[in-house]
Amino acid sequence: MKSKHQRLILALAALVAIIAAGLLAASALKDEAAYFYVPNDVKTKGVEPGKAVRLGGMVEKGSLRHEADGVTIRFTVTDGKAQVAVTFKGIAPDLFREGSGVVAEGAFDTQGTFVASNLLAKHDERYMPREMEGMQYDETTHQMKGAPKP
Amino acid sequence: MHAFANPAKFLSLARPLTPWLFWLGLTLILAGAACGLFLTPADYLQGDSVRIMYIHVPAAWLGMGGWSSMAIAALVQMVWRHPLAGVAGRAIAVPGALFTAICLATGSIWGRPTWGTWWEWDGRMTSMLVLLFLYFGYIALARASAEQAGGIGDNGGVSRVTAIFALVGAVNLPIINRSVVWWNSLHQGPSITMRGSTIDSAILWPLGLTMMGFSLWFGAIVLMRMRAILAQNKVEARLARRAREA
Repeated sequence: MKSKHQRLILALAALVAIIAAGLLAASALKDEAAYFYVPNDVKTKGVEPGKAVRLGGMVEKGSLRHEADGVTIRFTVTDGKAQVAVTFKGIAPDLFREGSGVVAEGAFDTQGTFVASNLLAKHDERYMPREMEGMQYDETTHQMKGAPKP
Repeated sequence: MHAFANPAKFLSLARPLTPWLFWLGLTLILAGAACGLFLTPADYLQGDSVRIMYIHVPAAWLGMGGWSSMAIAALVQMVWRHPLAGVAGRAIAVPGALFTAICLATGSIWGRPTWGTWWEWDGRMTSMLVLLFLYFGYIALARASAEQAGGIGDNGGVSRVTAIFALVGAVNLPIINRSVVWWNSLHQGPSITMRGSTIDSAILWPLGLTMMGFSLWFGAIVLMRMRAILAQNKVEARLARRAREA
C-alpha cells in the first residue's frame, strides 16, 4: 500500500470519527440547546412558576385581546397539542399577529399564565408577494394552493 | 489534479481567469441587487426588509462554502501533499471570515424589524458566530506557525496543525445547517430544500444572480490572494539566494 493511500485512509477515518463525535454531542444537546419551550413541553414536563423561560408557538387565531389600558395584551400560544395563556405589557413587534409565530420571554405565574416581559415575532420559511397572502404551500406538489386575498 | 498542483501551470490559468471572475461576478452582483431592490415585490409579511435576503443568503453560503473548501484543501494537503493546497487554504480564510461577518451583520439588521431583536442566542446564530471564531482561530494559527517556521514559513501554505484545525472545524458545518431543524429556534426553517422552494419565484429569482455573482467574486478574490502569496514566495526565495551569494 502506498503511503499516500495510507494517509488518505487515516485522514478519512479521523474525519468520520470527529464528525460522529460532533453529531453525537449535538444530539445530546437536543433538549438543552432548545431556544424555547413549546406549550406541549410545558404540559408534559412542567415549568415551575417564576423560572425565566422562553415560550414559543403560534398565536391562536381569535385569541388576541387588548386590555382597556391600551398597552396590555392577552393571547393564547399553541403548538397544536396544548395551549398556554400569555399576557404582555409593552410594544409588540410589527410582525406579531394572530396565526403567526411568537417567542415570548418571561415566567409563569402561580395560576399557570405566562407573563411575558418581551415578545419576539417568529416568521416561517415562506416568502411571497402581498397579492398571494392567504395561499398555502403544498408539500406534495410544491405549488402554492388556495385563493389569494381579494 | 496533479497538473494544477504545479504553481507555474496554476498561474498560467489563474492569471487570465481572475479578471473574468471579478468583472462577471461584480456585474451579476450589481444586476441582482438592482433587480432585488427595484423589480421584485415586497413580502406579504415582512414588507421591504425581505430584500436583505439578496445579500444575507449569498454571504451565509460563502461563509460556509469557504470553510468547506478549506477543509477539502486541508485534506488534499495532508494526503497528497500538494504544494498549492495550503496556499489555497490560507487564501480562502480571510474572505471566508469576511462573508461570515457580513452574514451575521445583515442577519442582525434583518432581525430587528422582523423578529424584534438584534441578537438572540438561538442555535443558528450561535453556530454561525462559532464559525466566525473558527475562522479567526485558523488565521491566527496559520500565522503563528508560519512565524515560528521563520523565513517564508510553510512556503506560503499553512502548517499541518492548521490543516488539522480546518478539518476538525468542519464539524460545525452540518451543525449550522441542521440547527434550525434539531432545535426550536427563532430563525425560520430552511426555505430552499431538495424538494423545492417556499420562497415564491417572484421574490426568489434575483437571489440566483447575487448567489452566482458573489461566488464568482469570491473565486476572484481567492485567486488574487493565491497569486499574491506565490509572488511573495518568489521574492523571498530570490532574496534568500542573493543573501547566500553575497
